[in-house]
Amino acid sequence: MSVTETVDIERIRTFVAVRRAARPARRAALSLALPLVGFLIVAFIAPILYLLVTAVDNPETRSILPRTLTALESWDGVSTPDEPVFAALAADLKLAKEDSTASQAGKRLNYEIPGMRSKVLAASRMAAGLEAGPYREKFLDQSEIWAAPETWSVIRRNGAGLTPYYLLTAVDLQQSPSGGIEGVAPDQAIFLPILGRTLLVAGIVTGLTLILGYPVAYVLTIAPRTIAAVMMLMVLLPLWTSLLVRTTAWVVLLQSDGVINAVLMALHLTTEKVQLIFTRFGTVTAMTHIQLPFTILPIYSVMRSIQPTQLRAARSLGAGPTSAFWRIYAPQTLPGVVAGCLMTFILSLGYYITPALVGGPQDQMVSNFISVYINRDLNWGLAAALGVVLLLVTLAIYGLFLRLVGADKIKLG
Amino acid sequence: MNAMPADTFTTVRSEDALVRFSQVKKSYDGIHYVVKDLNLDVAKGEFLTMLGPSGSGKTTTLMMLGGFERPTLGQILLNGNPVERLPPERRNIGFVFQNYALFPHMTVAENVAFPLRYRGIRGAAAGAKVARALGRVGLEAMGDRRPAQLSGGQQQRVALARALVFEPSLVLMDEPLGALDKQLRERMQIEIKHLQTSLGITMVYVTHDQSEALTMSDRIAVFHDGRIQQLADPKTLYNAPENRFVAGFIGENNTMPCTFVGREAGLAVVRMADGATLRAADTLLSGGKAELSLSVRPENIGLASGQPNGPGNLFSGQVTDMFFLGDHMRLSVAAFGGQTVTARIPVGQVRGIAVGGTVHLACSPADCRLLED
Repeated sequence: MSVTETVDIERIRTFVAVRRAARPARRAALSLALPLVGFLIVAFIAPILYLLVTAVDNPETRSILPRTLTALESWDGVSTPDEPVFAALAADLKLAKEDSTASQAGKRLNYEIPGMRSKVLAASRMAAGLEAGPYREKFLDQSEIWAAPETWSVIRRNGAGLTPYYLLTAVDLQQSPSGGIEGVAPDQAIFLPILGRTLLVAGIVTGLTLILGYPVAYVLTIAPRTIAAVMMLMVLLPLWTSLLVRTTAWVVLLQSDGVINAVLMALHLTTEKVQLIFTRFGTVTAMTHIQLPFTILPIYSVMRSIQPTQLRAARSLGAGPTSAFWRIYAPQTLPGVVAGCLMTFILSLGYYITPALVGGPQDQMVSNFISVYINRDLNWGLAAALGVVLLLVTLAIYGLFLRLVGADKIKLG
Repeated sequence: MNAMPADTFTTVRSEDALVRFSQVKKSYDGIHYVVKDLNLDVAKGEFLTMLGPSGSGKTTTLMMLGGFERPTLGQILLNGNPVERLPPERRNIGFVFQNYALFPHMTVAENVAFPLRYRGIRGAAAGAKVARALGRVGLEAMGDRRPAQLSGGQQQRVALARALVFEPSLVLMDEPLGALDKQLRERMQIEIKHLQTSLGITMVYVTHDQSEALTMSDRIAVFHDGRIQQLADPKTLYNAPENRFVAGFIGENNTMPCTFVGREAGLAVVRMADGATLRAADTLLSGGKAELSLSVRPENIGLASGQPNGPGNLFSGQVTDMFFLGDHMRLSVAAFGGQTVTARIPVGQVRGIAVGGTVHLACSPADCRLLED
């Protein structure tokens, strides 16, 4: 026993000594990476955490109608509440009117009860003019919405600091008054079709870049040095041009009086102008063009690492040119193909400017709606929830690729 | 210019020739010829090495035989049939590449089974052939590994097994041992030679390593500048190089300019740059040229005092360098008016010799060869 123990202690000592000896190198490496780590925390991790929080954060009702929420604790949930609840609501709204926060509460409740915003604003104006009760009759006189138990149950539910509302809405679900989760009415289900459309467009673009890019990558590897350099420049040039400039160029090409239509008409291939812009075709074409380098470069880098003698060896062993290509060459390019496709697919999921400028209303992707909710509707909660859904879909696809081909098979570098 | 007339190379009787290069020329740009007028027969069961520096045309010749390059002019016959236009997959030639070219996405067994699928051999029959081929190279337990999990020597063996598994009558090898360390290389040389003899395969082997060529080959074709400089068995090549290139390329040689003076007692007499006369073996000199080169190997030069074989060539010079190389000393001596002569002297004989001192050396006329170009 004692012999084993000594040996173990000796080994532990050696291990500690080895770790200690490596410490300066480890520290140096860490300190070199520190600026980037700091930048990533500030510019990447923190915004994503903020996004996750915003998607479930629910501060409005809680902070603007605190008394109402307290009074609602004793409400039975099925009848119109009694006077104390209305008195509390009047007091909350009076304060809200003074602080100009009534519209925030109204807007938040409006997401779940259409028309609620104006009702809350009107009630707050009324409450500001009231000196004493009874309040119940006055509220009920002003709008019958205050008599509906659903209104009060929505208010009570939103007393919670966190809400699943935005996330549920982002995947076309809602909370029923009883608290269960159900699908929204079919005519209101918009986000899942948009997500499906986003995945479809990203998939088509990925497929097209692969079909167009794979042969280019192959030719790049076998072409003479000078020709390959020119080809490489042509692949890279779009990457160095602003996305907006390239998209605008496609607008110029695709528009009704644009270059393509002019050529088609001049060649008498068509007598009427073809609708190219604001179509799915236009969106996919422009996106494919922009994404091509992202698919080509990883494939090219993998192809370059394949020994040219591999194909010769296959031929010498009896494989014809086609067989040698599919059995020997193509499988070895798989890591590049997967990396390129993954990159293009994930980038395509987040496309915003190109569908906005070249696509029609039916081509707007999830990102466009995120932008709408942030810039126009100021509904940051829903924008964040859509962002979360997009993030989860992206992670799921990445995970799926990892499961299917293995992490070592994806060569992003 | 070609060192020898073309018909010297066709020493193999044509009915025994498995491969015949007939006036083959290869040019990539239409101006410069990488291979110039190649005539070469490879006999059945022979181990023929194409030896030469890089750019000498040896690899191009091998690639033409393998079907990866097409001759610009001339004919290549395989079993008497012209094959210049036959793609590699229809030549049934085993090929071992310099970097092994194993398929990294397949296991060792799948690599070796690869040529079998194109010959309609599948299932148990293929499995048995793969097992036998792997057994032949001592890797029967490695079938499930990936090439990346093997050492360089093991990868080399897999490549060998893969090239032999479909029992080709001809196997080509393009510097297959170049990436291995010296000890492993020497062991593999012997193993490959054993395989070749025991299976009775014809092998054409390309290398720039002359000791490798000498160890393994039945015949060696020395390539330089797109031509075969000499085609002979290793002993002849070593002892009787036909020109200065071969003399310099195979082993170490002292090659010094000299002038032909005449013949005496069956030996040729030449005058060196400083006026000293030496005698040399009277080999096939055309007699047309007076300016010759005298070539003698360092191991054939000894100290004058210890010279046993009667009257030899005696000369002296100043020692400029001395190196200890274990079993012998290597002396650089300035002789014949500034020529550097290298001699290998057994360590025990080196006494009282120092750098800067004068040393008396001797060599037998039989070991001195005269070269015309």
